[in-house]
This record gives sequence, structure tokens and C-alpha cells, in this order.
Amino acid sequence: MKIAITAQGSTLDAAMDPRFGRCEHFVIVDLETESYEAFPNEGVMASGGAGTQGAQFLANKDAAAVITGHVGPNAARSLQAAGINVYSMASGTVREALEAFKNGELPEVSGSTVRRHFGMGRK
Amino acid sequence: MILAIASGKGGTGKTTLAVNLALLLAETMPVAFLDCDVEEPNAHLFLKPTIETCEQVALPEPIVDKARCNGCGKCAEICAFNAILAFGDQVLTFPELCHGCGGCALLCPEEAITEEPRGIGVLETGWADRIRFIHGRVDIGMPLATPVVKAVRKRAKDTDGLVIVDAPPGTSCPVVASVKDSDYCLLVTEPTPFGLNDLELAVGMARELKVPFGVVINRAGLGDDKVADYCAREGIPILLEVPFDRRYAACYARGGQLVREFPKLQDGLRKLWLRIRMEVGGNGAGAACHQR
Repeated sequence: MKIAITAQGSTLDAAMDPRFGRCEHFVIVDLETESYEAFPNEGVMASGGAGTQGAQFLANKDAAAVITGHVGPNAARSLQAAGINVYSMASGTVREALEAFKNGELPEVSGSTVRRHFGMGRK
Repeated sequence: MILAIASGKGGTGKTTLAVNLALLLAETMPVAFLDCDVEEPNAHLFLKPTIETCEQVALPEPIVDKARCNGCGKCAEICAFNAILAFGDQVLTFPELCHGCGGCALLCPEEAITEEPRGIGVLETGWADRIRFIHGRVDIGMPLATPVVKAVRKRAKDTDGLVIVDAPPGTSCPVVASVKDSDYCLLVTEPTPFGLNDLELAVGMARELKVPFGVVINRAGLGDDKVADYCAREGIPILLEVPFDRRYAACYARGGQLVREFPKLQDGLRKLWLRIRMEVGGNGAGAACHQR
């Protein structure tokens, strides 16, 4: 199973990015092999549809779940349709997020947690 | 001649200038007024036109036939606005993100996508005495203003005489659609740091669009000299300065017509019109001199 974590950097020690569509990187971890890959998020500069673009990207990468802080309405609808479960964690490192997920500490969220455009124009 | 009236900063007096110039010039020539600020049109509050026609502005929206879709995902790949997604055999559309380019329908190898018009706003036309009046209004909650602006702006071609285009504030797509292909652009600003900051952005836009332009300083005397210094430095003509006067603001707030209530303003506007004609016509080269 592959799980994606929204991150501000490209390593396991990078801080999580609380935004989904406008996160800096997607770090995708294969839980079986413990290997990971990091992808800069092209949605950062999208004029619109950053959330839907992110969901499509994760679906194409076969991610089964994502750990992030906030999910807007379009992203939530897209992730749900793609069958990608959303787990909520707003701060900490990618590694900490993974541990918390493995320990079953993260709440699963359904539906959007923020209004649209929440992640725009803030760091 | 198409005269666009724009500004970087909102609330500088675009509509006030556009309306009063139209009222004055309509006494001696045919004038059409296009209110392109379709997100919050307000020129009608001052011109008080009689609206004669109202038509819907629509964008094509993709409709996916699930029976024909084979889930290849080409539609999602081509979409520049991420308005259509494909997850296996599931295709999702997001109409509010769709710009109606038709790329998905064109590329679908199964011909599973058809397009249906989706209303995004209205275009109304009428008359305000001798002024031909046209404005657009985007539907509430609809984030796509530019196609409605374009629908209004296209009417400039059907009109003789002077076309005054009241642009939205800012320098984004709806403004570009309003100002593009105009013969001249007036940039209305105020002598404040905000006015200057946004004027510089608007100047950049006008230069990029290769539309000759000049500046009108509204509420002159209120702030500082930095706008004037900037214009001098850049070789941009200041065509008119309207002094700050609380009575003008009160007149505006009532929906009043400044050129009627304060006839002394007519002189400045007439001179402004002469300057514009000199900049546009004359030797023609004059208008291009403050283009880089």
C-alpha cells in the first residue's frame, strides 16, 4: 500500500504541509518496502483546480491514502471518487505522520475540512 | 474609436469618469457605453438606461456518456484547468473550473464527451437617452467573469462613433479582455501609495497589450506627488486631474451625474477628450511614444 503525505520538503524529515492542493511536495511512501519518492506539486502554481489536480496525481501514482491538514471541497470530492482515504494531521514531520498513521492515531476525514481557496497565498 | 477606462486600484473613479465623459460627449456625437465590470456592474445606477434586450451568456460544458467512456484519461490529461478527472472508469467533471475550451470533447477517442451550453451570466442592452448602453452580469457564485466580459466587449464592433469601455479594477483576465484592442486607455488613479502601486501594474498591462494610454488623477490634492513624479519619470502624460471635493463624493453616492450638477467639470472633460484625440489621431506616432 502506498500512502501520500503533503510536505514542505522532499525528505522524510521535512515538515508536513497542512495544505492539500497547494502543498509544496507530495511524499509517497510504500509501506511494504519502506521506500519513498518525493514529487514537487505542480498544483502550487495552478490558477485553479489545484485540489482536483492533486487528487488526479495521487490516483495516477496509486496512492491509497493521503495524510494532510486541510482538504477543500473539490479535492474532497475527487479523493473520494478516486477511493483515496484522507487522514488528518496538521503539523509534525513526514516521518512522524507515518508513525502516527501506523499506530492508528490519525482520524480519517470524509468531506472537505475547509472552504475553497483556503490554501492560497499562505505559507 | 474604442476608449477603455481602467485602473489598477479599485474605487479610483473609473465609472464616474466613464459615465460623465459619456454624458458630455453624447451631446455632440454617437456614444456607446460598455460596462465590462460584470462582477459588479454599476454604471446603470448613474446612466439609468432603459433595458430593451436581455440574453444569456453560455459556456459549453462537457457531458460524459459513461456507457461509451473507456477510462483512458485523455480528457484529464489535456485539461489545463483540472476541470475533468479520470479515475479508472470514473470520470468527474467540475463545471465551475471548466473554461469551455472543448479540448476534452475533441480528444476523446470514444467520442464519449458532448458539450452542452451552461448559462454563466446575462448581457443586457438598452438606451440611456442618446447613449447606447450595454452591460453584462455574471451569475452570483460563478467564478468565470471573462467570457461574460468578452461577450459585452464584442459589441463594440457593432457600434458607430465613440465606444467607452468601463473596465473592472485590477489587471487580471477580465481587465485584459476589456482593454485589449482598444484605441486608447485611460488609467484612473489617485495620488496615494496604493494608487501608485496599482497604477504601475496597470501601466505594465497596457504596455504589454500595446494600447496607448494616459493617466487621470482623481482626488488630486489628497495624497502626495509620487504619482506625478512616476508619470514624469516614465514619460506618461497626465491628461486630467480632478480635485478632491466631498460634494463630488456625495453626488456619486446619490447616483447623481457630476457633469450636470457641477457644470464647471465639463471644461476639464472636454480638454481631456481633445488630448485623447490628439494622442490617438494626429500624427499617430504621438500615441505610441510612451510605449516602450
